[in-house]
Amino acid sequence: MKNILKLFSVIILFSVSSVNVISAEKVEFLKTDWTFKGLFGKFDRASLQRGYQVYTEVCAACHSMKYLSYRNLSEKGGPEFSVAQAKAIAASFEVTDGPNADGEMFQRPGKLSDKFVMPYENVKAAEAANGGAYPPDMSVLVKARGGGVDYIYSLLQGYEEAPSGMILDDGVHYNKYMYGNKIKMSAPLSDGIIEYSDGTKASVEQMSKDVTTFLMWAAEPSLEARHQMGFKAIVYLIILTVLVYFSMKRIWSRVKSEV
Amino acid sequence: MSDHEYTPKSKAGKWFNDRLPLLTLANHLTDYPTPKNLNYWWTFGGILTFCLITQIVTGLVLAMHYIAHADMAFESVEHIMRDVNYGWLIRYIHANGASMFFLAVYIHIFRSLFYGSYKSPREIIWIIGIIIYLLMMAAAFMGYVLPWGQMSFWGATVITNLFSAIPFVGEGVVTWLWGGYSVDNPTLTRFFTLHYLIPFLILGLVVLHIWALHVPGNNNPVGIDVKKPSKDTVPFHPYIVIKDGFALLMFMIVFAFFVFYAPNILGHADNYIEANPLVTPAHIVPEWYLLPFYAILRSVPDKLLGVVAMLSAILILAVLPWLDTSKIRSAVFRPLYKQFYWILVADVLILGYVGAMPAEGLYLLIARVATAYYFLHFLVILPVLGLKERTIPLPLSITEPVLGGSPNMAMAKKNESKIE
Repeated sequence: MKNILKLFSVIILFSVSSVNVISAEKVEFLKTDWTFKGLFGKFDRASLQRGYQVYTEVCAACHSMKYLSYRNLSEKGGPEFSVAQAKAIAASFEVTDGPNADGEMFQRPGKLSDKFVMPYENVKAAEAANGGAYPPDMSVLVKARGGGVDYIYSLLQGYEEAPSGMILDDGVHYNKYMYGNKIKMSAPLSDGIIEYSDGTKASVEQMSKDVTTFLMWAAEPSLEARHQMGFKAIVYLIILTVLVYFSMKRIWSRVKSEV
Repeated sequence: MSDHEYTPKSKAGKWFNDRLPLLTLANHLTDYPTPKNLNYWWTFGGILTFCLITQIVTGLVLAMHYIAHADMAFESVEHIMRDVNYGWLIRYIHANGASMFFLAVYIHIFRSLFYGSYKSPREIIWIIGIIIYLLMMAAAFMGYVLPWGQMSFWGATVITNLFSAIPFVGEGVVTWLWGGYSVDNPTLTRFFTLHYLIPFLILGLVVLHIWALHVPGNNNPVGIDVKKPSKDTVPFHPYIVIKDGFALLMFMIVFAFFVFYAPNILGHADNYIEANPLVTPAHIVPEWYLLPFYAILRSVPDKLLGVVAMLSAILILAVLPWLDTSKIRSAVFRPLYKQFYWILVADVLILGYVGAMPAEGLYLLIARVATAYYFLHFLVILPVLGLKERTIPLPLSITEPVLGGSPNMAMAKKNESKIE
């Protein structure tokens, strides 16, 4: 009967190894050291602020971020712009409000409580302006893609010449990391496309890292609070567990039994 | 239930208890004689109660902020994550709580399979348990639909479409379930209603489950009947309470790790994309805890037979007490059954794995073999094994193994240590 078990483990090993062969053609994503990973992971504040700059000067031309408000920019655990800065950022956008007392819609400067202004009126308008492809909303984009930040970071740097033999339609680009390698978005970043206000050199790699960090925060604004609370909660639980363990030993010592 | 009469000490207590014997109940629960040799696999009943309460409490808060409407559900979940005080915490506890609930229930079920807890006189406890498990799957599936992401929508489409396999009336039944001609707002609102209802049904069944348990008392690792109360038992409080509490805390550490450090690892990225009826995801997969049954469903080429196979895989458990012909409960004394038990565990894990993979080529072949083996285990191996197997003689009481007494028990102990 032992043989049955052995035979079975051989079958499992065989099937697992062959499964690995099947999935071997997956592309490895580019890696970088994200500060927000790990037990005490926090966002790099300067990177978040630069990332916002990349988003607003490059991505925001096509990509909306409809679940974020300007007030979020000054909140704890985020880019932490000062309230004055966040107000100035909000005021630099024109927001449609209304109707007013005359029943008319009107334009006014943005306020902290406004959601990020969308680049297009609706999905159809966005599609029409982008060759039929809808530029996805970026609020939770990092969480909506397998591979998360590594995938986004790689994709931004994954533009290459298409391999010979691959025919690309008009308005379609080759990207090493895109699913199926064909992407409608043209390479959004190039060295020096923006000028960082803090003087950092705006290389494609630097901008990719900054904007991906910003997107991670946009998708998980409470990441820092979560990590901090998590550590406290787990330490508390461990201490309590140890105390309960000794109480249990004590109580069970009255019975001739093992715990 | 309780073998002894109980009279409250205080006059007021006696007055109340004569009219509503709640104090007698409380006394029964604290004094409830429990076999003293229960191991940690027996702590999952308490852990599951904790899981159910956690889901109900967090669910109540989420329901205060959630909007069950196809156009607003996704946004309202983001509202919970961003604007509700500690909304992210409550939602992540609820979402990961579902996975923890299933993790615990699978351990609980497989503990019962190993120690034969489903056998006479505990068949009713077992069957109530299977009903609870079915309701849990329904609640979890409907809960997964509520955020109205891509996997929500397409998962709901795939699963509800299974009902179209019913001969003659299938299409009509599906339209009735949807409340329209596709998964849409009416489907979402009824799923929300049922998702809110089912946990309370489960709560009621849990009461029956525990009540039914308290009639014959707990099974135990040795699997022989225990005289109660006797030197083989300890009162539930404080002995089992503290032990369950300790195990629960260990469980909570694992739970907390997922909630705080990997809250999305058990979910699917596609569910952060708002539902879009015009775009089908590349792979539609259910949550991990439903994968073995999903694999069984897909391993049968015919739709109707696939649905029948999937349902049978669950319902076959309900008749397990009569399929297993062995009178010996614990696998410790059944050397052959013990091996087949572990093969079944491996088989279910393999089914879970291939359930997550595309149903083609080698995966499909593995799924078919594993499905066939699953049914073989219950329909052929168990009935035959009970009649043919040569079992190890049972000890006279559980005190023997606890004190390391008889030679038989020494052997049984050795076998047990090999498992871990």
